[in-house]
Amino acid sequence: MMTLKVNGREHQVNAEADTPLLYVLREDIKLNAAKFGCGLGQCGACTVIVDGKAVLSCVTPMVLLEGKQVTTLEGLGTIAEPAPIQRAFMEEQAAQCGYCIAGMMMRAQALLQRNSKPTDEQIRAELEPHLCRCGTHMRILRAVHRAARLMDTADASSPASRSAR
Amino acid sequence: MTRSARIIAGIVAVVLVAAVAAAFAIVWRPAFATIDPPAPQTFDAALVKKGRDLAAIGNCNDCHTVRGAKNFAGGLPVPTPFGTIFSSNITPDAETGIGRWSEAAFQRAMRSGVNREGQHLYPTFPYDHFTNVSDEDDRALYAFLMTRQPVRAPARENQLSFPFNQRFAIAGWKLLFLRHDTYQPDPRQSAEWNRGAYLVEGLAHCGACHTPRNALGAERNSAQFAGGDVDNWHAYALNDQSHSPVPWTADALFAYLREGFHPDHGTARGPMAEVVSNLSSVPSSDVRAIAVYMAGVSGTPAADRKGQDEMALAQGKTAARDNAAGASIYAAACASCHENGRPLPYGGINLGRSTAISSPDPRNLANIVLSGVRAVEGERSPIMPGFAASMNDEQATALLNYLRARFSNQPAWTGVDKTVQDARRTQTVFLQTSPGPRNAPADPMQRDKP
Repeated sequence: MMTLKVNGREHQVNAEADTPLLYVLREDIKLNAAKFGCGLGQCGACTVIVDGKAVLSCVTPMVLLEGKQVTTLEGLGTIAEPAPIQRAFMEEQAAQCGYCIAGMMMRAQALLQRNSKPTDEQIRAELEPHLCRCGTHMRILRAVHRAARLMDTADASSPASRSAR
Repeated sequence: MTRSARIIAGIVAVVLVAAVAAAFAIVWRPAFATIDPPAPQTFDAALVKKGRDLAAIGNCNDCHTVRGAKNFAGGLPVPTPFGTIFSSNITPDAETGIGRWSEAAFQRAMRSGVNREGQHLYPTFPYDHFTNVSDEDDRALYAFLMTRQPVRAPARENQLSFPFNQRFAIAGWKLLFLRHDTYQPDPRQSAEWNRGAYLVEGLAHCGACHTPRNALGAERNSAQFAGGDVDNWHAYALNDQSHSPVPWTADALFAYLREGFHPDHGTARGPMAEVVSNLSSVPSSDVRAIAVYMAGVSGTPAADRKGQDEMALAQGKTAARDNAAGASIYAAACASCHENGRPLPYGGINLGRSTAISSPDPRNLANIVLSGVRAVEGERSPIMPGFAASMNDEQATALLNYLRARFSNQPAWTGVDKTVQDARRTQTVFLQTSPGPRNAPADPMQRDKP
């Protein structure tokens, strides 16, 4: 048994030290926003935030998470009250099939938390580990810029998004 | 004053004047007259094309380009034990580049490390190798550079301490270490071998990274290709002291230099990624020649090195797992690619064949584990995720020690924790400034903002 802190809550999970975080999130805690894409850390679909940094959960074993705070997309906002990053992606219609988008949003969120006004170039560089085969890249870029603007205005910062900081 | 005292004073004066004159002769170099920047169309197109290939073999763009800026406009900080030296602008810009340099001025810079104005250049510019470049090749390089887009980019001030910030000191360095005409064709060897020797010892300046340097920063000729340092990476030994578990052959070297990877040796990364990226674009006969010459440098592997990788792999199967944290991290973070049997470069190398793990210096492994291999924009390329965000220093240290114990038959490293700390710091700088297939992190000035 080990304790895993996810989205501000503590979970007692029965997992081996070398079990990837992604499996525990999806199978034990039933948080399904993080996706299994390649299982090799090469597509980015499984990205979550650990202590403020974007991490590929499919290649992150549980042994690395002791005492750390994990944030998944579910921890940013809800359907009723979406976080700025989620609103921005919806408003720009940045998803087609959407499989990669949860991971994209998590890395974009981590970027915006440390750089509130990233340039196009910085966003491209940051999201480079993420693959999207639908081809919504230009919309994703616009959505990240929009999220930066939304986060800048006080009313858009939902309580949930602040808790991830 | 007595007569004898006058004679002694006279002798001293003569010696002093002679010494000053000699020092002046060693230090002073005349300026070459400026020229009006020649129009690009005055250069022969075939010569420019030849210069383009030569510039790629010389890896010129690697040092003379900084991330996010224009090609050949300089400004890259090069860390040395004496301070930081910034590369110069070698575009044909009239004011800040080499636009007003005549071909003779360019050739003098290549041959003896003196700029057009007559100032000595620091040997971070590897003229100790370029002295071997032929007149004809210098002419082609000049034609290529003078037909690039001029970029206005003033030189950045070097950050050197006294006495290294005094350019006359370089004249003394040259007196001690600069040898002209060190390359001579060897009639007993093939034309291909001689072509390789000419390129390796000259323009390609392989020894600038792969040969260790003495206290004054000169290559130690007695230890040629015994392994050196570059940008906080270890440039592996290429001579008979190589730690590659599988000995190199000319064919393997050719494939690695041409394609950037080889199944027995893994993928070129760090500063070598830029080198193979350049070599992939030059005539294959030149890369083959380099491979043939370097295979001779590595020599016939000692009997005890043959089969070393099989031994390492066998050991891997039976390794004692007394490092539980390292074993768990390896299983989840590494094995999924490095044991999945997919061929290189999209699968990971069998780690029993990794030179990084068998090397006496753990820096390359620390760099690669923390920073990964970034994709090249817009083309297929090998990638590996970096683990800097998911592992703290202690965890990365546990992993490195585990990999060393399990996948090499070398003694354990010491001070891996320090190496990991340094790698975390220096790789951030490297990724920000170095050109090539890498991504800069977000502007560090913005890091602390919410």
